[in-house]
Parts: sequence; structure tokens; C-alpha cells
Amino acid sequence: MMRTLKIGYSSLVYAFLYVPIFVLIVYSFNASKFGTTWQGFTLKWYQNLLENTSLMTAAGNSVLVATLSATCATIIGSLAAVAFYRYTFKGKKVIMSLVYILMMAPDIVMGISLLILFVTIHMEPGFITLLLSHITFNIPFVAVTVMSRMKGFDKNLFDAAGDLGATEFQTVRHVLFPMMLPAVVAGWLLAFTLSMDDVIISFFVTGPDFEILPLRIYSMVRLGVKPEVNALCTIMFTLSLVIVMISQILNREKK
Amino acid sequence: MSSANDIVRLESISKSFGGHGVVHNLDLCIKDGEFVTLLGPSGCGKTTLLRIIAGLETQDYGRVFIGGKDVSIIPPNKREVNTVFQSYALFPHMTVYDNVAFGLKMSKVPKDEIKERVKEALDTVMLGNFADRMPQNLSGGQQQRVAIARAIVKRPKVLLLDEPLSALDFKLRKQMQTELKHIQRKLGITFVFVTHDQEEALSMSDRVVVMNEGVIQQDGSPKEVYENPKNMFVAKFVGEINVLQAVIEKTINGKLRANVEGRQCRLTKKHTYVEGDSVKLLLRPEDIRLEHIKDADSDYPLQGIIEETTYKGATLDSIVRLDSGTVIMASEFFDEDDPEFEYKTGEKVAVKWVDGWEVLLPDD
Repeated sequence: MMRTLKIGYSSLVYAFLYVPIFVLIVYSFNASKFGTTWQGFTLKWYQNLLENTSLMTAAGNSVLVATLSATCATIIGSLAAVAFYRYTFKGKKVIMSLVYILMMAPDIVMGISLLILFVTIHMEPGFITLLLSHITFNIPFVAVTVMSRMKGFDKNLFDAAGDLGATEFQTVRHVLFPMMLPAVVAGWLLAFTLSMDDVIISFFVTGPDFEILPLRIYSMVRLGVKPEVNALCTIMFTLSLVIVMISQILNREKK
Repeated sequence: MSSANDIVRLESISKSFGGHGVVHNLDLCIKDGEFVTLLGPSGCGKTTLLRIIAGLETQDYGRVFIGGKDVSIIPPNKREVNTVFQSYALFPHMTVYDNVAFGLKMSKVPKDEIKERVKEALDTVMLGNFADRMPQNLSGGQQQRVAIARAIVKRPKVLLLDEPLSALDFKLRKQMQTELKHIQRKLGITFVFVTHDQEEALSMSDRVVVMNEGVIQQDGSPKEVYENPKNMFVAKFVGEINVLQAVIEKTINGKLRANVEGRQCRLTKKHTYVEGDSVKLLLRPEDIRLEHIKDADSDYPLQGIIEETTYKGATLDSIVRLDSGTVIMASEFFDEDDPEFEYKTGEKVAVKWVDGWEVLLPDD
């Protein structure tokens, strides 16, 4: 009895989370233009998608921003994590909590505050402002991902490296860095996906000349959900799924 | 105390963590080629002292010399000592070979020489065929050997070992104790070994330094430390010991007549105590001899009642309650010629010990 209840309950939760996505994927192959009834299988929407050059440009912009921002955030975030893990310095706790606060901060607050910043320093909203914003909100996610892995390291390893003649730089280079590498890659992938589907912050900081995919989709659905959007979302979902899986595998503790 | 062939010299070392003193004004000299053990309960400062020699901790006060050179402010990577860590601290992302080669690579030794020396080190610890394995695929004992190989491959002046055997099971530990001794003799390197296991300390070392609360309690050969403990801490920490209350009643040419647990005993060994001194008389369980009391009013000085006997294979351990109420333990080897060598619970026995094997400490 208890068992059926448990299974039933968790099935409901998962159904609530996944059925809409599943429906969306199914409808991306639906020949019906208005998407409420099933009128046969088609790949037409995927084809339309590829032929829509402005949408494709937006997708390209998104990938560019995501790649660049993830890379910069990974470098800065990982270095921050190393500093937090390896060294003690004044104000370390404060700086660490600031990282967490940044991660928790509502997107709307970040978006508006970044917008105010860019307006104040007279920066034209566009590619650069968007990239800077994405780097900013990605840094804490990378730093936290890397730090959480480093918590499990035996600190004696670094003593041992020093004891065996390694300088501080050699210790980081030959011992700490290879050990944290999986978390660094996982952090990059996380940052990439976060950047790929950010709407709120991007909405405030990008200009009319530089359109990215999530914003484009957002403006498309204001006029009703087109089947192309279904197709696009299916592709993005699959991509995110693959990335999440890769990052999970990388961050798994080796037995 | 200090001399030219001291490989390590510590001068008035003090160290505290967060206001809590761990090592207090400690001096220690270690001769070249010695096997020295720092022995003490956990928290006595022995590991901190080892880490100060390695340079992994910096002393608050005092100076550290290695090979005659003042290394007090030299970082660990510039000191000619290597450490075997309690947790082994093998690099998990490197093969056994790369682990052992790490130190040599860091000091830019030519590749061919690295190869040769790593092989030699792995052969020394009998892991010649394991070079390509990852550490996590090795047993605890094998990981231990890799840690030793990694530490000896640089031919340090001093090898520091921080409770290296504590994670191994009993049998493996015994085996590694002998092997470590062999390695030390073969390489002729000074070993500074930290342990809380007194048996390990006694069986392996040339010299035992007993520590408690950041202070050296006694510094001597295993035999000295065991047979002539300088104070109650050493006596109780190193091996089992029985403590009897005694008062000196008379001294004749340095020999004493004492009241031990309410009975008169003669002590034949020379002691420096004088009449009226209150002392503790210490006896190792294996130095005690029990005798059956045949006739009721026999005049044995110390008598007691058997409370319990335990058969230990080689020895028979008996717990005896003396007439004064003090409980002592005796550990006697079986006598081949005496088939009746056993005691019944509740039986009255006489308690004797080998003349002169007692230790007297002031009562405080």
C-alpha cells in the first residue's frame, strides 16, 4: 500500500515536470499548424527553422556569447575557487558570501542594475554589454561548482607536493589543476547552458542590433506559439540534456 | 648534547594554534643514521613537531637545523627531508610511477636518471611490477609502499614518517615494521617516526622520545624508557605497569627497607631515597612472580587473592587483589616443568618480583 502510494506520488511529480516537454517534442513533429490535434508526422518545421536566416543568426549569436562568456567565467571562477581553497586572506569569508549572494540574486535585479551601470558609463547596449553581463552571472556558478569538488580533496596532497620539492606554482599546476579539471569542465558546461537560455538579464542589456535566441523566441511566442518554436525548443532541450549528462559524468567521483 | 654529526637539531621550538600551545620550548638533537621515534598520545604535539622539521608548519619561536644548516625560515620544498604521510597522500591522478617520479621531476633530474631511480625505489619497496597502476587500484599496504618509495627516491637526509602504519591491519603492520627497519638499514637514512603505539616505538627505534602536552617526558633507548621510566607518565604510557604505594622506613648503605602496601619489603637495588620518603613502586606485570601459599602463616611480604586468570598462550595473566585492596596484574611465562602451573580464583598467593627490577618514583 505504502509502496504504491510512493510510486504514484513520484510518478505524478515527474509527470508534471516532463509531460509538457514530451508534448512539445511530439508536437514539433506534428503536421498540424495549430498544434492541438495530431495530423501526421513531419519534419517541415525543422526545415522552416533552417531556412529562417534571422532566427539562425540569433542562434549563432547565442552560441557565440555562450561560448565566450562560459570560457571567461570558467577562467575567472576557477581561479577564484583556487584562491578560496588554497589561501587564507583578509575578508575571505565576506568575498565568499558575496559569490553566493550573486548566485542567489534575482535575475531581474541583476538585469536592471547592469543596465543602469552600462547607461551610467555610456556603453552602447549590444554584444559587449551582453557578454560582460553573461560573464558576470556565470562566475559564481563556476566558482561554486569547482569549490564543491575541491572540498573532497585531501589537503595533505598539497603538503606532499611541497615536501617533494614542488613550488607553489608547480603544486597548483601539477596536482591541484589536474584534480580539479573535471569540475572546471563541468563548470564550463553549466555556464554555457545558463548563458544559452538566459532571457531576463539579456533582455535588459542587449541592444536591437544583437539578437539572441531566447529573446527571439520570446518575441515570437507573443504572437502565438509557432510550430517552428517547438522544433527549436526540442533541439535546445536535446542539446542541454547532452551537456548536463556530460557534466554529470565528468563530476562523478572516481571510485 | 649537540654534536657535529647531528642531522637535525631543534632549538627551543614553540608552537601554538589559535592560542593553544602545542609544543613548548622544545630541544631535540637527532644523530645521522638514527631511527628516532616520537611517541605520545594524540594531541601531544608529535605530529606538529614532525611538520615543523618538514617545514609544513612554521614554529612560533626557536630554530630548526638540518645537516648543520639553519632552515628555520626555508620552505618545505627547499628542505632535504621527505615525509610519508599518515593518509599516504598519493596523487590520485597519477600512476604509481608518476607518483614516485614527482619529486625528481620537480627538481629537474634528467629523464634517464629518473627512470632508473624510480625503478630502484619501487624495487626497494617490492613494487617493481606496479609502476603503471593507479593508486586507487592498490591495497592499503601497497599504497603505503608507494608513499615510502616516493619519499625515499629523492635520497633525503631525513625521512619523516607520520604514523605511517596506523591504517594497516595488525599482521601487515608487523610486516611493515620489519620492512621499514630493513629499508632504513639499507639506505642509512635517518628516520624520524611518529607513533602513538608504544610497542611499535619500542620494537623499531634506536631511540624513543616520549612526549606529552608538547614537552619531552623522556628521551632514551627503548630499554631505558621501558625499564627506567623517568616519571609516571612515561611509566603508564609505555607498556602495562603496576603501581604500589610505598614509604621508605630505613636505609642501609643505599639499600632500603620499605613499607609497601602495608607490608615490609627489602629492596636490594640502590635508590637515593631517604627515610620517610613516600614513593610509588612500579612493577611490570612480567617481572612479577606469584607463588602458591602452602602453609597458612607463612611470612611472605606481599600477599593477595587471585581474582581472575587469563590464558594467553605463551603467558598466564593473573589479576591479584592485594591485602591492601590494590589490584595488580602479573604476566608469567608457562613453566614446562610445572604441570600444575595455574591458579584458582580466590586462591591466596604470594607476590614477589625479580630483585632490583622495581622502579621507584617520588609520590606526588
